[in-house]
Amino acid sequence: METPTYHPIYLAAELRLPTNWLDYTLLGIYFVVVLGIGFAARRSVKTSLDFFLSGRSLPAWVTGLAFISANLAATEILGMAANSAQYGAYTVHWYWIGAIPAMVFLGLVMMPFYYGSKVRSVPEFLLLRFDRAAHLLSSILFAFAAILIAGVNLYALAIVVEALLGWPQWVAIVVAGFFVLAYITLGGLSSAIYNEVLQFFVILAALIPITVLALKKVGGWDGLSDTLTKAHGDDFVTAWGGTGIGDANPLGANWLTIVLGLGFVLSFGYWTTNFAEVQRALSAKNLSAAQRTPLIAAFPKIFIVFLVMIPGLAAAALVPGFGTEESGYQYNDAIPFLMEGLLPNGVLGVAVTGLLAAFMAGMAANVSSFNTVFTTDIWQKYVVKDREDTYYVRFGRLITAVGVMASIGTAFLASSFSNIMSYLQTLFSFFNVPMFVVFIIGMFWKRASMKSGFWGLLAGTTAAMVNYFVLYKQDIISIPTDQGANFVSAIAGFVAGAVVMVAVSLFTAPKPAHELQGLVYGTRSPGMSEPPAEGDDAWYRKPALLGWGAVILAAVCYIPFSF
Amino acid sequence: MTDHPEHPDRPRHPGWSEEDVQRQVTELQEKSETAARLFDIRRIIGGLFVVYGVIVTIAGITDDDAAIDKAEGVNINLWTGLGMLLLGLFFLAWLKLRPAAPAPPPVEPGDEPSE
Repeated sequence: METPTYHPIYLAAELRLPTNWLDYTLLGIYFVVVLGIGFAARRSVKTSLDFFLSGRSLPAWVTGLAFISANLAATEILGMAANSAQYGAYTVHWYWIGAIPAMVFLGLVMMPFYYGSKVRSVPEFLLLRFDRAAHLLSSILFAFAAILIAGVNLYALAIVVEALLGWPQWVAIVVAGFFVLAYITLGGLSSAIYNEVLQFFVILAALIPITVLALKKVGGWDGLSDTLTKAHGDDFVTAWGGTGIGDANPLGANWLTIVLGLGFVLSFGYWTTNFAEVQRALSAKNLSAAQRTPLIAAFPKIFIVFLVMIPGLAAAALVPGFGTEESGYQYNDAIPFLMEGLLPNGVLGVAVTGLLAAFMAGMAANVSSFNTVFTTDIWQKYVVKDREDTYYVRFGRLITAVGVMASIGTAFLASSFSNIMSYLQTLFSFFNVPMFVVFIIGMFWKRASMKSGFWGLLAGTTAAMVNYFVLYKQDIISIPTDQGANFVSAIAGFVAGAVVMVAVSLFTAPKPAHELQGLVYGTRSPGMSEPPAEGDDAWYRKPALLGWGAVILAAVCYIPFSF
Repeated sequence: MTDHPEHPDRPRHPGWSEEDVQRQVTELQEKSETAARLFDIRRIIGGLFVVYGVIVTIAGITDDDAAIDKAEGVNINLWTGLGMLLLGLFFLAWLKLRPAAPAPPPVEPGDEPSE
């Protein structure tokens, strides 16, 4: 469940990288370490809580970096570089308005309810707040979506590896699938999270040299923006230029749909209710650490945009018409194009490793959240109940293997039916939006009834899909681009979900007040009143300071791109 | 929540309540071993980046002109290698100076810097 970008990943075949033994040595070392983490984490798994949620015991910097890594999958890196090559500096919106406010909201406002209520998953919160219908619907949809996205990541990896390294697609799919299977089955979430933390640094080590060299090659930021302004017009290197209502711009969205559709609905839906993200925070060792998880992640998120946007812009500046037919390159080629042209063996190996690591982490985040939802939310609650805890650990390992096999199957399917896959991906992305409506109304309005959750989810999802697949795709309403249509569909899903929830609530019974303790704003559960751990009262660990700091920093970053 | 009426004979899953989840998670958390037995990731990050740093720095020192010309005249292997080496050493030093205290479950010491 990426923040939607929808560039199907295809790479130009001539981008074969000149890798040698040195690059493969660096790659090999990484794979050994990945497996080593799995084996070493194995001895820490005793209970199902250890396997699925790291025993709720990890420090905030670890969960925070894992939180950002789970999002920093390679489809995001390549996709956002492609976005920049195509649309220019508009890409910053996906970060500064399309991520930071939602991450801060998750940390400051929602996390006390998530973490304090001791739920193990996002659907489990819906079970407590609403009823089994909402719970089952969200669990099943999430499980399907997670496998689908894991498979899409795997397929994208296979395409990139085939283009860059010349491995056949099936080899890449099987090898990457095997490594993810091995380390999650062995060490559970701890192993997934530790690998994500490691991957965060490897990705930085890959992207920073590319960005620096690309910037040098185009003559610094001034040279870059001069070239692009000449080729693409003044708006290309600004964040808001041409986004007035009624203006035409390549993104096909105006400032209102950017702020509401991307900044509010899509981004809050993705960051606050996508379990693959929230799971990282739920594994933190106490409420303060859980709150700080998305806040610590927000700071790198503010700056990572430069590491994907500058390579994308540089590619657009270096090759006239980059991404179009005559240039011979796809938009997605931006980063591989620079790797090929600028990196000598050594750093090239680090960059290849970073890219593969990012693909695997994107897959692993989905697999490790899938096994949790499938085991604790579907299997343990509806199928095989009340067994001893070790049974569910065994089952979790088994379902991890099943999940990886299913994603490998999905990846092979995707290689034959890639249009269907991008269709499905769009379809599932609309599920996050009504999830967010249901959460936000459920958390802030205690009158929202037990049944309203299910109907809100259903209505919101349907409305977003109808808007996208019927009204937009059949040209009943006119929206210039897919991105613009995404934003509008998200807004439609949000409004429909909210209206239906309110309407259903007015005609059905509310949840008894004593069952809402700690789930609705203004109530507290026993889990929330735990005293702060020693040292957590230091000023730099205050969630409010971190959160508002991130929001202000993101706003300041907009200034040079706004005039 | 203590005013919740007791139903000793009610079926166990009439729709889960917060108490069920809290009880179950609290029990599991008491038996959890992660805090006590999970290794420290700083050791792995430090180790990997020191190894990467050394390899890539050596590659930078021995690079011929072709490699340097390719990278816009920058000895990018050398600089990236040194950067990775420093990052690795930083994590090892952090681990040495602030080792994770052995955690007596269920209460965790909060003595690790968060960033």
